[in-house]
Amino acid sequence: MGRVTSPAPLEIERTESAEEVFAVPEPDVPWVTIVHNDPVNLMSYVAYVFQTYFGYSKDKAHKLMLDVHHKGRAVVSSGSREEMERDVQAMHGYGLWATLQQDRK
Amino acid sequence: MPGHFEPIRGGGAAVALDDVEISIIRSLAVQLLELIGPGPGEDASDDPLAELFAEGPSEPPADPVLRRLFPDAYTDPEQAPDSPQDAEERMAHSAEFRRFTENDLRAGKRENALAVVRTLDSLTPGGDGGAILKLTAEESRQWLGSLNDLRLAIGSRLDITDEDDTDDLYRLPDEDPRKPMVMAYLWLGGLQETLVNTLMR
Repeated sequence: MGRVTSPAPLEIERTESAEEVFAVPEPDVPWVTIVHNDPVNLMSYVAYVFQTYFGYSKDKAHKLMLDVHHKGRAVVSSGSREEMERDVQAMHGYGLWATLQQDRK
Repeated sequence: MPGHFEPIRGGGAAVALDDVEISIIRSLAVQLLELIGPGPGEDASDDPLAELFAEGPSEPPADPVLRRLFPDAYTDPEQAPDSPQDAEERMAHSAEFRRFTENDLRAGKRENALAVVRTLDSLTPGGDGGAILKLTAEESRQWLGSLNDLRLAIGSRLDITDEDDTDDLYRLPDEDPRKPMVMAYLWLGGLQETLVNTLMR
């Protein structure tokens, strides 16, 4: 982003706007897509979706599917909020139960 | 190959269906279409642009099946909100997400269910009323999605919320009114399982 050049004299203090910039909450904390366990979805289908949509290897897709099955949830992707909304929408399209949240760990 | 899909040359899959099976799947797909509802343009103006920019709903659907098909995107079922503000924020984000995605999601599920009906209607029945359904790779993917939606819908109607529920359903006595629905649910599961296998090769 380019800086807007201000015609204002340099000596004017602009502490307020500087504070506003720093008040933006945790801009670097990534968002994650979480898939939740569901007794209806077949294990093979869940692994298929992880392979097909995310392009994960068979092993990785299988491991994530087992995490969902045994632990009740698994983080399947991370990135910007917009990217995670896209992933969650895709998961809902496949019928998987997914949510997104900011990764607080 | 009754009851299960097999891969066919050049991609795609095939399954033998008898006349009763054809009518059950078709009827379930039509019910799903009715539940998902018409596109946003059905009762709106003729303006295609208005339809393109039509916003979806912000409230979760009242029907439990639709709530399962279109869940809240920001509501973690296992993590309670930290505070009332957090709860409010999650609801607001979920509502916004719904507004911008639910129409597209409904359209996608509608297309898949329509593909199921269309492929069944194009079957040429043999002497006994049965037929071999042959799907292209693309039709296989649409069937796969729709079989999953149908199983989610039936699972929701049967109130299947954990793995133990499924085990109980296997042991239902024949006179239980849920029995036919359970049989359909398990049979569709077999179809879906074998269809996934043809696509994973």
